[in-house]
Amino acid sequence: MPWTARNPLLCLALALLSTAGPTFAQKAKAQNVPEIPYTSVPNFLKLPPGLYLGESMGVATNSKGHVFVYTRSANTRLFEFDPAGNFLREIGAGSYGFEFAHSVRVDSEDNIWVVDEGSNLVIKMNPAGRVIMVLGHRPEVVAGAVATNAPTPPAEKYTFSRPTDVAWDPQGNIFVSDGYGNNRVVKYDKNGRFLKQVGSEKAGNGKDQFNLPHGIAVDARGNVYVADRSNHRMQVLDNDLVPKTVYDNIGDSWTVCVSPGPHQYLYTSNSNPNGNAPGTWENTGEIYKMELDGTILGRFGHASKQLGGFQVAHMLDCRNPDEILVAEIESWRVQKLMFKPLIAAPVAAKPAAKPDAAKPAATRTTGAK
Amino acid sequence: MTNISRFALAVSLCAGIALVAQSSAPEISFTTNTEPLKFPSSITLGEAAGVATNSKGDVFVYTRTGHPTITIGTARPFAHGGSRLFRFDKLGTYVGEVGKDSYAFLVAQQVRIDPKDNIWTVDQMSSSVIKFDPSGRMLMILGRKSEAETVPAPPLGPARGGRGGGLPGAGAQSDIFNRPTDVAWDSTGNIYVADGLGNSRVAKFDPNGKFIKSWGSRGTANGLFTDVKGIAIDAKDNVYVADAGNKRIQVFDADGNYKSQIVNVGSPAAVCITPGAHQYLYTSNSNPVNDIDTGGEIYRTELDGTILGKFGKAGKLPKEFGTVNAIDCRGGSQLYVGELGNWRVQKLALGIK
Repeated sequence: MPWTARNPLLCLALALLSTAGPTFAQKAKAQNVPEIPYTSVPNFLKLPPGLYLGESMGVATNSKGHVFVYTRSANTRLFEFDPAGNFLREIGAGSYGFEFAHSVRVDSEDNIWVVDEGSNLVIKMNPAGRVIMVLGHRPEVVAGAVATNAPTPPAEKYTFSRPTDVAWDPQGNIFVSDGYGNNRVVKYDKNGRFLKQVGSEKAGNGKDQFNLPHGIAVDARGNVYVADRSNHRMQVLDNDLVPKTVYDNIGDSWTVCVSPGPHQYLYTSNSNPNGNAPGTWENTGEIYKMELDGTILGRFGHASKQLGGFQVAHMLDCRNPDEILVAEIESWRVQKLMFKPLIAAPVAAKPAAKPDAAKPAATRTTGAK
Repeated sequence: MTNISRFALAVSLCAGIALVAQSSAPEISFTTNTEPLKFPSSITLGEAAGVATNSKGDVFVYTRTGHPTITIGTARPFAHGGSRLFRFDKLGTYVGEVGKDSYAFLVAQQVRIDPKDNIWTVDQMSSSVIKFDPSGRMLMILGRKSEAETVPAPPLGPARGGRGGGLPGAGAQSDIFNRPTDVAWDSTGNIYVADGLGNSRVAKFDPNGKFIKSWGSRGTANGLFTDVKGIAIDAKDNVYVADAGNKRIQVFDADGNYKSQIVNVGSPAAVCITPGAHQYLYTSNSNPVNDIDTGGEIYRTELDGTILGKFGKAGKLPKEFGTVNAIDCRGGSQLYVGELGNWRVQKLALGIK
């Protein structure tokens, strides 16, 4: 049961706040959201012996269904798998830009983009894996080890500070969420030239401000959806980065995904926070499926270390809304969720079926939470 | 009019004049090949700091590629890795790696090939200049890598200069460099090291690597430097020093006596002098790494500083430049250009005779 329902007074207070305060005040999470049943495919990604995923930060598919995973292993690495999850190859081994993975996305031409929050780079690779554009620049190595608690300097056009994600509009303009150090969204043209930014190096919770913009996606009309994580909301901007609205009934928006096709859906994850403090699993971990206008269609998943549950979901791939991929930080894996056809009929159940490779799939339905 | 506004007016007038002088240079047409070098799929080129060719047309790229690392759990923190030296034949076919896992390959700065096809690398962080024979065997080392790193590191900049003795940027009289940037040779094989971003001097060695002298220190007067970013020597043993911070190339004789300077070429970050009977000079007004909306053009001049033309601008597309750090001009009008910002080497063909 969500915590708000157990605290009617707090609910009331929040409701009052939301009517009295500015539009951007935080609302409580949406109630009575339908649970969407799904199945998690066991052992989806098949790595060769001796190769392991670390923290799975980024996952994306290309037009052929190939799966790309950007992971924090001993070094940060980028792997490619076929649609069935069989390992194909490593891309960019030893790259100067691969230091601390955060996101991978594939654009409409199947170019592979990674966002690295260690090297402060957004790197575009062609489908063959060759670097064809670099946005940002790696801090001077010759400067040596620097103090990590220094304040973020004023945001510059071409300098990121721990960037988090990248997206494109239909014209190919590039949108970067930046990030942990800066708190802004930057728009570049398709050739990497700076056009505009919203936000700054300073965090804030007003309009035009962000507090840890952690994920970004763009719909077919060029609207920009920003996971404004520490502001417990998603911000929607128009193509010129002018704020349009906020969706603030979805918990903390860790990552966003907009599906392709004539009817686009919007996904956001209220991921359970790192650390797994008591009480967090009960109130976080779910992913919302929404219309672009913010209407919540349903939710799925919950915090868990078992197959079918999520342990700090960090990124979604929703190219096919019937098959969602989920990359998890703390479970070091990528799950493939099947929404139809269901292999077994939904049953009210214990949380999370145990993974069992001998069975075709672990069916997970929810409704208990 | 206040003094301040008068000053501002004067500054803007001067800037305007400089701008006119720069933009009046004719544009040189050119074509480019953005993938002249065929890397194996196992190698992802990083910042292309240095590029150079030998007499056979083989191409060498000294690049910031890999994972620059500082160890922990040790008596002191030690720096490792982060740069590699690759070799290609004249067709761009990958041949191999030179100096693999070298102790001093930390932050690639430059590679140059001497008249005997020896390969010289300059590393900005290990402050080492290494001479390899044409087959890649190590022959000589100038300078010495710091044994260990200080954590957190003191800020970069002139205040950190002067390692090896003397005040910051005072021009230490030794072969201990501080962020050196380039190397060149005169007709008798004496070695000249551009030193560099920490120190502000030119250090001269005999052909056997014995320190002879150094000249210059941080400043703006003739004979002084603010960030020495490159060096080249013509057939008459005149020494051309890219004095980037002072927006000029200073010309010296082989003993370091100031002769003249070349201006109106922006802030010279990479320089090259062509071989042959009539020598030309190329110099790049490279854009800062954090801005592609300014500068980036390369100038072609006579050795006396007469500007013959310019080409290119900052950007990420083919025929645009992302912080050019190296120019190889052995081919006269065929140039290899190494870029820090775009992680690539472009091969340019200029529309000139």
